Amino acid sequence: MLAVAEQTTLTEPSLTVKPKREMISVQDLSLVFPSKDGDVHALSNINLSIKSGDFVSFIGPSGCGKTTLLRVIADLERPTSGSLKVNGTDAEDARLNRLYGYVFQAPALLPWRNIKQNCALPMEISKQSDAHKNKQIDKYLQMVGLQDFHNKFPWQLSGGMQQRASIARALCLNPDLLLMDEPFGALDEITRDHMNIELLRIWSETQKTVVFVTHSIDEAVLLSTHIVVMSPRPGRILKVIESPLPRLKTLALRDRPEFHALASEIRSALAHEHAID
Amino acid sequence: MKQKLFSFVSLFTIVIAIWYLAALIMNGNQLINNLERKGQTWTYQQVISQAYEVKRPMLPAPHQVGQELIKSIIDKPVTSKRSLIFHAQITLNSTLLGFVFGSLLGILIAVGIVNNKTLESSLMPWVIASQTIPILAIAPMVVVVLGAINITGVIPKAIISMYLSFFPVTIAMVKGLRSSDKLHEELMHTYSASAKDIFWKLRWYSAQPYLFASLKVAIAAALVGAIVAELPTGAQGGLGARLLSGSYYGQTEQIWAALIVAATLGSILVWLVGLAEKVLLRRRGELTHA
Repeated sequence: MLAVAEQTTLTEPSLTVKPKREMISVQDLSLVFPSKDGDVHALSNINLSIKSGDFVSFIGPSGCGKTTLLRVIADLERPTSGSLKVNGTDAEDARLNRLYGYVFQAPALLPWRNIKQNCALPMEISKQSDAHKNKQIDKYLQMVGLQDFHNKFPWQLSGGMQQRASIARALCLNPDLLLMDEPFGALDEITRDHMNIELLRIWSETQKTVVFVTHSIDEAVLLSTHIVVMSPRPGRILKVIESPLPRLKTLALRDRPEFHALASEIRSALAHEHAID
Repeated sequence: MKQKLFSFVSLFTIVIAIWYLAALIMNGNQLINNLERKGQTWTYQQVISQAYEVKRPMLPAPHQVGQELIKSIIDKPVTSKRSLIFHAQITLNSTLLGFVFGSLLGILIAVGIVNNKTLESSLMPWVIASQTIPILAIAPMVVVVLGAINITGVIPKAIISMYLSFFPVTIAMVKGLRSSDKLHEELMHTYSASAKDIFWKLRWYSAQPYLFASLKVAIAAALVGAIVAELPTGAQGGLGARLLSGSYYGQTEQIWAALIVAATLGSILVWLVGLAEKVLLRRRGELTHA
């Protein structure tokens, strides 16, 4: 039965979208880092709502607080004021319940564990059975194309492969929410294209909610259902753009006028802010 | 490899040359004093030819020490009380016992300090103070006190080895257990990992390079501890006892032979720890080449 259901999601993702609920809700959130040269307003007055099943990208120049906002959602930073709900609970409970998987900018694989053991780490911590562990690892290493590298150590893999391994590791826990901090930032463009398409496929198959930090406009357009345009000093949201493009996109879409239209909308939102600067 | 061998051989040659020169000067002076006291005349040639033949020389020449080594290692059966192998093995026993317990104690203290701020402020001053006390002053007391409650033999010596060897391990492990990558710590945080998981799956592994570096120091310190423990306690066996009896009877060759055996033993022990490190790291795939 299960296999049949999965098959359905593969071919017709739009038909099986779960009813939407609010996955992340941010209200009047601010975060100030005190420092000797005066306070740094990393995030100022953020209001944002992310629905389940959405693919939301945070885009903006460096210092705009996009990574900080992601870290606040992950409970890696505490906001100074405002409220934040993740899946209806506060961020700490969401973390303690292992609701999300976090993919860092760097692969962050443990050098003393091989790829399989690295993927097993979160499941060891959440005390899952060996059979389940092996099943998940096989499934997701296959998905990211690393099934033949499971007994290699991180240093034996290229940067792109390491990052794919770290994505597989995050997926192994099968979290409802995937938080990704410029996961493909260090990859070459060819690998990056490939990974983007893979990510879209995984997302549409699993119907996870993805929050994705990037500084690439093309990447944001290619992946997202919603694009959050941010600006620095203080870090704030300029505009939230809902993508008119279909959920499951292809690389060929990049040559279409709709794609360029959306990209230029983002670009002008970013440029408008720079004119003020 | 060739270059390595060359630099080793040249340094070795220089050391030997300096040694011969020093032996000539020191023993030569002794010789001249003796001759003058007897009212005899002397020539340089006479002094040079006899300086390396003196009985109970102030500084025995390398070949004299070599003869002593051959006599006490090869010519004597290992069960003989005059065999240096016999004595080395006694010292080795307490060294290893003290090293094992010292390392365990060092790790334990470090784990306590890293996990508990109060322990850090209360324990650390004692740890440091323990190393400022001259071991020569502590050693006889430990042996006498333990002797009074009928603990004799290898245990008191091992305790002194332990006393010297726990310290480097504690200091290095406090640093090592705190050395884990910030990114990895955040990763564990996102998994809401328990303190136990963070320790065993992250900190323990991050600390291992520090652990092995300190174990090399610790095993050398344990050897020194064992020898020092044998010195003041009237031990019947061990390299320390051999050093002491050599100095009682003015047998400088015996002292130097024992010193060379101790140095060799120390080198082998440190090398073995290094080997263990390499084997472990290679099994974990961290050692790329070599």
